[in-house]
Amino acid sequence: MQTTISLEIQRYRPEQESEPVYQSYEVPLRKDWVILDALNYIKDNLDGSLSYRWSCRMGVCGSCGMMANGTPVLTCATFLETYAPGPIRVEPLINFPVIRDLIIDMSEFITKLKQMKPWIVREEEQPLSDGEYLQTPDQLTEYKQYSMCINCMLCYAACPIVGLEPGFLGPAAIALAQRYNFDNRDQGKKQRTEILKEDNGIYECTFVGECSIVCPKSVDPAGAIQRYKVAAAAEWWKSLLLPWGNR
Amino acid sequence: MKTRKSIDPFWWSLFGTGGVIAALCLPALLFLNGVAIPLGWIEAPSYEHVLTLVKNSLTRLFLFVVISLSLFHWAHRFRFTLYDGLQLKHLNQLIAVLCYGTAMIGTIASLYTLWGL
Ligand code: FES
Repeated sequence: MQTTISLEIQRYRPEQESEPVYQSYEVPLRKDWVILDALNYIKDNLDGSLSYRWSCRMGVCGSCGMMANGTPVLTCATFLETYAPGPIRVEPLINFPVIRDLIIDMSEFITKLKQMKPWIVREEEQPLSDGEYLQTPDQLTEYKQYSMCINCMLCYAACPIVGLEPGFLGPAAIALAQRYNFDNRDQGKKQRTEILKEDNGIYECTFVGECSIVCPKSVDPAGAIQRYKVAAAAEWWKSLLLPWGNR
Repeated sequence: MKTRKSIDPFWWSLFGTGGVIAALCLPALLFLNGVAIPLGWIEAPSYEHVLTLVKNSLTRLFLFVVISLSLFHWAHRFRFTLYDGLQLKHLNQLIAVLCYGTAMIGTIASLYTLWGL
């Protein structure tokens, strides 16, 4: 019976090395341990200098995304046993600059996300005295799936286009744009589409579909992007054939 | 900012409809003309019969749409295969002209052939 498994972890300490290196650690192979448990074990017992992000340990906060044997995963939701007998190669998410060890720089992603105005945009707020904006269960279903995104960025690591075209706004940002576009309380679709139909927007996507495969929340960003393409193409034809219809 | 991308919805619509039409019609056409008839599963229609069929405006239109849109579907996909797959980013303009250009030539050729019968 195998009792330990080895983790080959990518280390990068900018004050110490100019290129990332790999370091191996032997950790107990427990049935109930996920990769994040192994990292915490290393940090507590073997090497306190290891740096990585995590918070909720239950697949909600989206901060523990890393590459495990080349696939982007939430390390708090991926069991060690899956990889037995090992070793497991743990690396920071690809397609992002690395700050230290397993920690990536997500500032580009945040900038892209903000461009999508991922909040309810109103041309005019209705006065408080009118009460809340009402929504039927059907209207909720329209966008609910896209609202499950936890910004873990696994889709950015999985998408080959993000790697090739660093400017591409990317799966999660577009899925979140759709989350608000499909919300009946929102009126910001036009602003979002203005950005998304241009360079670096939806037409950059070639429907590889890896984003939807790695998504831990079944958001299906690839589907969101294709729906967007259809809608934007219809708009394009409409403005060509009915130019006077352009408000 | 108006950039080259503003035309993308156009190419993508041709690609999208071309994909649907190709997926629906080409397998049936290929099966009939490429497998079933040559293998004798279905009796081969006479030349005159097929000619009359093709001369019908609806058939012409159908064949034209299938051929042209399938070509544009190919063009768009091949463009990105070269662009992303082979990393020929710097040749973007040339690739686009070649791919869509080929599809356009094919479209004109099919027009010429179908209506020249
Ligand atoms: S630690 Fe929060 S999602 Fe993994």
